[in-house]
Amino acid sequence: MMRAPATDLPVRLDDASFAVGTVTIIDRMTLTFAPGAPTLVIGPNGAGKTTLLRLAMGLAAPTSGTVTFGGRERGPPLRRAFVFQRPVMLRRSVAANLRYALSAAGMPRRQHDGRIAELLALVGLTGIGDRPARRLSGGEQQRLALARALAREPEILFLDEPTASLDPAATKAVEDIVAQVAARGIKVVMSTHDLAKAKRLAGDIVLIHRGRVVETGPAEEFFAAPKTDAARRFIAGELLI
Amino acid sequence: MKCNQNGMETSSALELVLRGDPALLAIVRLSLAVSLSAVLFAALVGLPLGAALALTRFPGRGAAIVVLNALMGLPPVVVGLAVYLLLSRSGPLGELGLLFTPQAMVIAQAILIAPIVAALARQTLEDLWLEYRDELSAMGVGPARRIATLIWDGRFSLLTALLAGFGRAAAEVGAVIIVGGNIDGFTRVMTTAIALETSKGDLPLALGLGFVLIAIVVVVNALAWGARRAGERMAG
Ligand SMILES: Nc1ncnc2c1ncn2[C@@H]1O[C@H](COP(=O)(O)OP(=O)(O)OP(=O)(O)O)[C@@H](O)[C@H]1O
Ligand SMILES: [Mg+2]
Repeated sequence: MMRAPATDLPVRLDDASFAVGTVTIIDRMTLTFAPGAPTLVIGPNGAGKTTLLRLAMGLAAPTSGTVTFGGRERGPPLRRAFVFQRPVMLRRSVAANLRYALSAAGMPRRQHDGRIAELLALVGLTGIGDRPARRLSGGEQQRLALARALAREPEILFLDEPTASLDPAATKAVEDIVAQVAARGIKVVMSTHDLAKAKRLAGDIVLIHRGRVVETGPAEEFFAAPKTDAARRFIAGELLI
Repeated sequence: MKCNQNGMETSSALELVLRGDPALLAIVRLSLAVSLSAVLFAALVGLPLGAALALTRFPGRGAAIVVLNALMGLPPVVVGLAVYLLLSRSGPLGELGLLFTPQAMVIAQAILIAPIVAALARQTLEDLWLEYRDELSAMGVGPARRIATLIWDGRFSLLTALLAGFGRAAAEVGAVIIVGGNIDGFTRVMTTAIALETSKGDLPLALGLGFVLIAIVVVVNALAWGARRAGERMAG
């Protein structure tokens, strides 16, 4: 695979909108995802978090405005990876799912086995490489999806509510991996509607509501001294309407 | 009286089968060889075509799908006639001298069932594509590899499409009789033999062949079903 130009960062949305028919789902957003601490995209259900992440990944094209990756518009994902809200495992074994991602990312075949073992260890799935991936529990599938995304050796990793359907122990496991990944210098962009999770992992906060950016800033400032009324109400747990 | 006669015919047919009558075995072998080859060629064309239709969006795609689905009902005699015209000495491919050979029968059956394989594959692969699209796009998988992935991961469901094609090929008589000519010991297959023996009044042989034909279709389906069960247990 072509690796030049070598970077997908920063990912920039410039006045980007996404509309389906007459419904505007993302409304003129300008945002930059640059190397650094994790960015948490927060907002109530239906705010547009998934759609924003899909735009930033390049899975959807903006209907107006631009999204650029390392200065380029479009182009296949080089060093971007995505863990979906409901990940889909290929009809293959756990190890074969990782092998597939590795070869899609262009890694030479002889390096696969070693890398697969590393990835399984990283997400705590060592020993179940031979099991059919679709028979794993929800929490195990989520961790496998994370390993599969990391197989791409991404510079930027999008996580769409990766712990929404997990119990507290599984949530902690996934969050620990995410923190570890972020510490290695991979830019994490994660969506959640759960403020506690956002507090644990952020970096920066992007609060969106009804397809608009309401407030952005470092997590500490955001939670200690929100600038907007909407952010204050969201933090207080009040419904945003 | 009538009841008695039927009983006799059935037992004669059974006898032929059990005795392993060489003429009958040769006919069975050719039938299997022709129809399985036709399935192979129909798969080589139909699976990628079905996959391409499942994955791409272009103007007129809806019409293409309707036409493909309609082609599933191609009348075998019409296919036979078309292939006959192609292969006959004055036809565009007459030079090849294939008319009235088993190869001509394979060509006719492959044309007959390629639309079945393609149309059923399109449906299967489109459903799978909806499920896989985001993940494969996020992994940066290109078009050729997407098609290969869908065919591989959908292989157990696609088996059903191939079986439908095989059933149709093994059962048809109109196309092979026109392009094969039902030549004894050369292009005679089960269906053409059944038609001939029936018209000649040799009902025991006709019935025997009929049973063998049905049994073969059942066995092939049973094998495929077993393979599918085993494969699905392993692949999930
Ligand atoms: N392709 C589409 N066509 C029509 N409406 C859509 C489409 N995609 C998303 N929407 C709508 O856009 C809005 C935002 O959807 P999105 O999935 O981005 O929200 P979200 O913030 O991720 O929500 P959740 O927290 O429930 O996952 C929703 O009202 C959704 O119904
Ligand atoms: Mg969502």
